[in-house]
Amino acid sequence: MDFSQQIAQYIITGLTIGAIYAIVAMGFNIIHNATGIVNFAQCEFISLGGMFMYSLAVLFKVNLIIAFFISMAGVALIGALIEMGPIRHARSKEIIILIFLTIGLSEILRGAAQEVWGTDNVGVPAFSGEAPIHLPGGAAIVPQHLWIFAITVMVMLMLRYFFKKTLMGKAMRATAVNRRAAALAGISVNRMVLFSFAFSGALGAVAGMIIAPISSTSYDTGIMLGLKGFAAAILGGYGNFAGAILGGIILGILESLGAGLISSQYKDAIAFFVLLLVLFLKPTGIMGYGESERV
Amino acid sequence: MENRKGFSLNISKGHNFIPIERKRTIESCLLLVNRMLLKQKDNLCFGILALVIVAIPMFVESKYYFIVLNVIGLNTIVVVGLNLLIGFAGQISLGHAAFYGLGSYFSGILTVNYGFPMWPAMLVGMLATGAVAYLIGYPSLKLRGHYLVMATLGFGIIINILMGELEQFTGGHDGLMGIPPLTIGGLAFDNDLKNFYLIWSFVFFFMLAARNLLNSRVGRALRAIHGSEVAANSLGINTADYKVKVFVLSAMFASVSGSLYAHYITFISPSSYDFYYSIQVVTMVIVGGMGSLWGSLFGAGILTFISEALHIAEQYHIIAYGIFLCLVLVFLPEGIVVGIYNFFLKIKTRKAIIK
Repeated sequence: MDFSQQIAQYIITGLTIGAIYAIVAMGFNIIHNATGIVNFAQCEFISLGGMFMYSLAVLFKVNLIIAFFISMAGVALIGALIEMGPIRHARSKEIIILIFLTIGLSEILRGAAQEVWGTDNVGVPAFSGEAPIHLPGGAAIVPQHLWIFAITVMVMLMLRYFFKKTLMGKAMRATAVNRRAAALAGISVNRMVLFSFAFSGALGAVAGMIIAPISSTSYDTGIMLGLKGFAAAILGGYGNFAGAILGGIILGILESLGAGLISSQYKDAIAFFVLLLVLFLKPTGIMGYGESERV
Repeated sequence: MENRKGFSLNISKGHNFIPIERKRTIESCLLLVNRMLLKQKDNLCFGILALVIVAIPMFVESKYYFIVLNVIGLNTIVVVGLNLLIGFAGQISLGHAAFYGLGSYFSGILTVNYGFPMWPAMLVGMLATGAVAYLIGYPSLKLRGHYLVMATLGFGIIINILMGELEQFTGGHDGLMGIPPLTIGGLAFDNDLKNFYLIWSFVFFFMLAARNLLNSRVGRALRAIHGSEVAANSLGINTADYKVKVFVLSAMFASVSGSLYAHYITFISPSSYDFYYSIQVVTMVIVGGMGSLWGSLFGAGILTFISEALHIAEQYHIIAYGIFLCLVLVFLPEGIVVGIYNFFLKIKTRKAIIK
């Protein structure tokens, strides 16, 4: 394999992992827009998605498609429960308290997952075969990569449709812009926050499920993926949806190139170093414009 | 902020409704606690702390308890620093494990590999950590929002990876061994008791320093920022500048604590400085109460103790930590000590009103 083929291969891998980061970053953005917090439980949504999928598809031999949707609904429900329970009933609504609360919740979820599934890495079958498809350039691509691209694009299109065209999507955007004004216009802000948690639960689950066949999954796979998804969200501009996609893809490609050309041990360090560099040069992210101050 | 406002309101209510002759012991105790926690004029408390530090070794015999007490001391230093950042600048750092680790590794590498004298190595570590913290804090604290979380989180992960991979300096994942114990003159701090006194005198000194800082002009500015950033800004306080400074200071606290740890345990490895440690210290700040100096001591003490007690049931460790953190945050967001105090005061006030 010559150099250009190698690069092409790295870029394909990078795009795949970048797509995952983009989905996770979307989850972070949706909750940020609804509540202004960073939801660290997002990491656990990813692990739970992968582990639900494993339980259903491998242990209970459920059809993959059905398992996919059940897992998604299951994690969305967990997301909703998190909002209905601790987040809504917290006695202080300060943002900093709520962020720490999501950290605590993510510890509980991770501990529970460890109790249920143990600490072993487990595999999930690929959605359709594992025979690599050879591309004209010389690079190869496994079908699961195609699934990841397809599902990511579909998720993005659906989100776009939802936020631009449906009444509820518009209500959620209105809540993001100004909670009080939204409430005055008759939008139930609480319900919008609830939906945003359910949505980001579902998104996290999707990310965890589609990556599971490529890299095996375990009770704590979500931490690194989640943190990098958060990095992607910041890289693109926190709260900005187009930025999330861009940030995810940039981060994925850089990481993959770094792992291939420099050293695989430093791959996470490279990803975060780039992030620090961007924060240093343009702290609001590539497509962000900072937060306006409201007194 | 909100807490503080609500708090003082509660106190004044209490005074109005409860006749002085009815004051019971519990209330005077609570008032003492209040004075200790909030008035920042607590020479008495520092006196008690000094006495306790001197007296504790008379009652403790087991080596194990000394180790726990020393770890509590080390954590307290980190938590006091971090509390200045979280409680007063209102910013979150998820990278304090890295600053703690930088202190440890600077001390370890400079003394073991390059034969540096120990105290200068510690100073170098502290200054270098402060410089790094400035580089990270400067760009991310200029903006409102959660940029510091990401920057510190990323930085923490990078440093942790570097500790494992730069084997020729750090000893890799196997760790760095044979770090010499600290010495002053001819006195070597080479057992748990001596280290107890060393570490706790640092705790005492750092708490005193933090108290004095909070009572100074800088401290008043920080408290103004804590109350309302916009208002502080409009009064001519350069809020971004103060936030960067307090972040650098908290990183330096962590670094010194890390150096002490390295010289005490004499062995360091990357696993002590991972993401979980950052979360642990943050939890200690919250449980103790954000913005409360004595709460930091309490939080570090109780959580270190709990996590030691839970070592028997290793697999429930994470879940117990999480539940503890969530319960405190949902029901007592001011922290345990101040939270319980407020709760009592509320009941008392309610009773007085009904009468």
